[in-house]
Amino acid sequence: MKKVLIVDDEPNIIMSLEFLMKKSGYEVFIARDGAEALVIVDQEEPDIVVLDIMMPQVDGYEVCSYIKNKKQLGAKVIFLSAKGKEKDVLKGYESGADFYMTKPFSTKKLVDKVNQLAG
Amino acid sequence: MEIKWLVIILSFIYLVLLFLIAAWAEKNAEKRWLKSPYIYALSLAVYCTAWTFYGSVGRASNQGLDFLTTYVGPILLAPVFWIILRKVIRISKIHRITNLADFITSRYGKRASLGAFVTIFCLLGVLPYISIQIKAISNSFAILANEQMAHSTSLWFFEDTAFYITIALAVFTIIFGVRNIDANQKNIGLITTIAFESTFKLVAFLAVGIFVTYGIFDGFEDVFTAAASLPDYERLTVINKNEYGDWMWLNMLSALAFLFLPRQFHVAVKENRDESHLRKTMWLFPLYLLFINVFVLPIALGGKMIFAGQSIDADTYVLAIPLAYDQHFLAIIIYLGGFSAATSMIIVSTSALSIMISNHIITPTIIKSRRLSKPFEGKLNLVVLRGRQSMILLMLLLAYLYFKYVGEQFSLVSIGLISFVAVAQFTPAILGGIFWKAGNGKGAFSGLIVGFIIWFYTLVIPTVANTGVIPPDFVVKGIFGFQWLSPQDFLGLSSMSYIVRGLFWSLMFNLFTYLIVSVTTKRSSQEINQAEIFVDIFKYSSSYESSVVWKGKAFLADIKNLLAQFLGIERTERAFKRFMYRNDINEELLEADYRTVNYAENLLSGVVGSTSARVLISSVVKEEKAVDISEVFSILRESQQYISDNKELTIKSRQLQEATEKLKEANEKLRQLDQLKDEFISTVTHEMRTPITSIRALSEILHDNNDLDQEERSQFLSIIVEETERMERLINQVLDLEKMESGQLELPLSTLQLNDVVRESLNSIEQLILGRKIILKTELQPELPAIKGNKDRLIQVILNLVSNAIKFCDQEAGEITILTNEDSGLVELTVMDNGSGVPEESKELIFQAFYQDKNQTLKKQEGSGLGLTICQKIIEKHGGKIWVKNNGSNGAVFTFSIPGIMQLNEESINSG
Repeated sequence: MKKVLIVDDEPNIIMSLEFLMKKSGYEVFIARDGAEALVIVDQEEPDIVVLDIMMPQVDGYEVCSYIKNKKQLGAKVIFLSAKGKEKDVLKGYESGADFYMTKPFSTKKLVDKVNQLAG
Repeated sequence: MEIKWLVIILSFIYLVLLFLIAAWAEKNAEKRWLKSPYIYALSLAVYCTAWTFYGSVGRASNQGLDFLTTYVGPILLAPVFWIILRKVIRISKIHRITNLADFITSRYGKRASLGAFVTIFCLLGVLPYISIQIKAISNSFAILANEQMAHSTSLWFFEDTAFYITIALAVFTIIFGVRNIDANQKNIGLITTIAFESTFKLVAFLAVGIFVTYGIFDGFEDVFTAAASLPDYERLTVINKNEYGDWMWLNMLSALAFLFLPRQFHVAVKENRDESHLRKTMWLFPLYLLFINVFVLPIALGGKMIFAGQSIDADTYVLAIPLAYDQHFLAIIIYLGGFSAATSMIIVSTSALSIMISNHIITPTIIKSRRLSKPFEGKLNLVVLRGRQSMILLMLLLAYLYFKYVGEQFSLVSIGLISFVAVAQFTPAILGGIFWKAGNGKGAFSGLIVGFIIWFYTLVIPTVANTGVIPPDFVVKGIFGFQWLSPQDFLGLSSMSYIVRGLFWSLMFNLFTYLIVSVTTKRSSQEINQAEIFVDIFKYSSSYESSVVWKGKAFLADIKNLLAQFLGIERTERAFKRFMYRNDINEELLEADYRTVNYAENLLSGVVGSTSARVLISSVVKEEKAVDISEVFSILRESQQYISDNKELTIKSRQLQEATEKLKEANEKLRQLDQLKDEFISTVTHEMRTPITSIRALSEILHDNNDLDQEERSQFLSIIVEETERMERLINQVLDLEKMESGQLELPLSTLQLNDVVRESLNSIEQLILGRKIILKTELQPELPAIKGNKDRLIQVILNLVSNAIKFCDQEAGEITILTNEDSGLVELTVMDNGSGVPEESKELIFQAFYQDKNQTLKKQEGSGLGLTICQKIIEKHGGKIWVKNNGSNGAVFTFSIPGIMQLNEESINSG
């Protein structure tokens, strides 16, 4: 069972993401901010990380870089952010993301993408 | 016999001394003090002639204080030297004017006839004046030599000492005053000599004054005490009430004479080397007049007492008194003083007049007539020089004749005054010329003619009649037996003295003729422009030098030849070399450009006067057409127009620059506002994305999953509702804020108790607080001042603050404290929570709408969306402040303060 880490600070969004991931058959972990995410990433070594950008203390870009810089972590990263400007998207890919998706998002597309990346 | 020869020798020595002084001054011309204002002021004292030296005492003895009018006038005029004299000097410098006739003709269109008329008028006016100088010298000589003088008429001229004195003076003046042909050159020798003579005559006069006052008598008081016994003492020392009118007119007369006597013009204008000398002269000259008058009355009164019962002419008291006391040395000094007064007048007057005659009568006549000029070709400079010299001799001989056959019968003073009235006739033409642009040549000419006729008729004819040339009763009976037309009672005004009446009518008719003719006749364009240059001389004097620009071409050689005739080859070459070097003109050119032509004209006008110079120059300039001065003026005006346009342009461009600057600022502000707006929009949309994301995701889940159990379904649905409400709130806040920012928000104010507002707010939120198991403490201070406020909006603020506190207080053991209190008239409300507090760096920022750094990716404090921004706006609308502090580690402390009503009242009182 693949592991999915959901990182977001909005409880209502987490709720929907958690539902979707569970329903698609993933083991779901939840982090409410960047710092928490870093701990879980190290502990659980998830396969997929669905990552928000705007978060207190440690932002999504840093989390992504951290994951991608640690070779033993093979996690795929999907950004899920309200920041939709081109430069934000670029920055997301530069930090090593596998996919960038803007909020509000299509649940179907997200699930497809997660599945695709999880292989 | 011995005394006679002694006096002659002394007179001769004195003249030689003058020569030596002149020669020395010319040799040492660079000495600073020779060019000082003191020398200039002393040279102006040529005003004080033998008339002053002998005549003042004579007049004081006969008529009392009248004599003072001659000096009070110039003294009263002194303060305006700067206005009148400076202008005349400046104009004369620019136009190279050397005499009165030149001045008048230059102003009024360079008519040769006008110049000749002015010259003749001056000559007629001044000749008698010169003659009384000869008379004074001759009389004083006679007294000293103890000769009979009354019968000199009966002597042949070769038996008459006065004749030899006249010849000696003529020779002296010729050698001395007019050696130099260029009248424009400053004659430093002459001026230094005149200054010396002025000093000498003053010292001599003071000597006799001191001798009488302190030698014979015992000071001023003694003189006047003793004189009180004289029968006419009262009359002589008090101005008679009936004489006030005469006083006024005589003062005016002497002031005008001071300005317009040819010799005064000569020293004050022609020989002036620096306008600024006038500043010192304005007080030095009056001081001189004061000194030379201070002993007049004591000498007059003393003489009257000393010579009581004897028939001694009061005009000779000055000399007779020391002789009566056997003070021969003093007498000789005094004789020489009088001699110096007379010679200085004669030298300057004849020099000035000779220049006028040669420039305005002789030269124009010669150069206009081919027949006359032919024999003088190549020798014109000599003609001018010899002309001047022979004029001096001629004038002095004429003056001698006048003295011999006419002047004997008049006192010094009356002849002097008649001269004064003559030159006063120039007043309208000259003062009008420099201050009134509309004055024209026809007006000036006709005014002068009318003035001359009346002057001659009322003042000269009576003097001539006494000699028997005209029947004496004509003076009384008048033309056709009309008494009111007779010279003596001309047009009535019999209460005035004879001189004043003549002055009054001649000057009045002259003035009104000048005004009326000027106003009713047209001016030529040349006159219009000369008028402009004269009146506005200070505007133009720096911008150009000559009144005319020659348009035609002239060969340099022709011009040089012309000038060489007057100046000599060597001097001409030298002058041209210097001029061309200075103006950077190529000497090799064949044709002279207009500057050179102008320069040549200027040089020539110094020699032959401006009118003749114009004629001479036009003879060598091909096309013979000078640029009309109106063209010069239109050029000048144009350039001035450019200057003013340019100024305007500068101002405009500065204004433009300022406007641009302002525009830039406004633009920058707009740009910032625009950026803020952009940020605002992007932040608002960003904020909206969050609820929409939830709504969309949950809606899709609900849509795609029909198998959801009831509990999940209703949970999702309630979240959707919750998020929708969140969006609605957000939208309302944005609208609210927009209203406030644009100033449309109206806050109806009423008198409120803050505590009531707090209680009402808490009522609506208490349930929520209790539901979260948060402890709420309220410490409301009783008896707070009332406030002016909007209840609903204040409730909004309080709810916002409390909501935030609920959100941020400690999640497990939440505690919220609400306080009210008063601090120096301000009513305060504080909401404290026990959460983590506000980060130091965000304390200010949290009040800004969606503040976020450009590259901020860290999520800022939750809940700080627009709520606090709106709170801040509302509190500011109430005239209050809102701020946040951290209560150590025990959470955030939000406080707002609003002025209490008490304080508002005080403020309104203070400001009222």
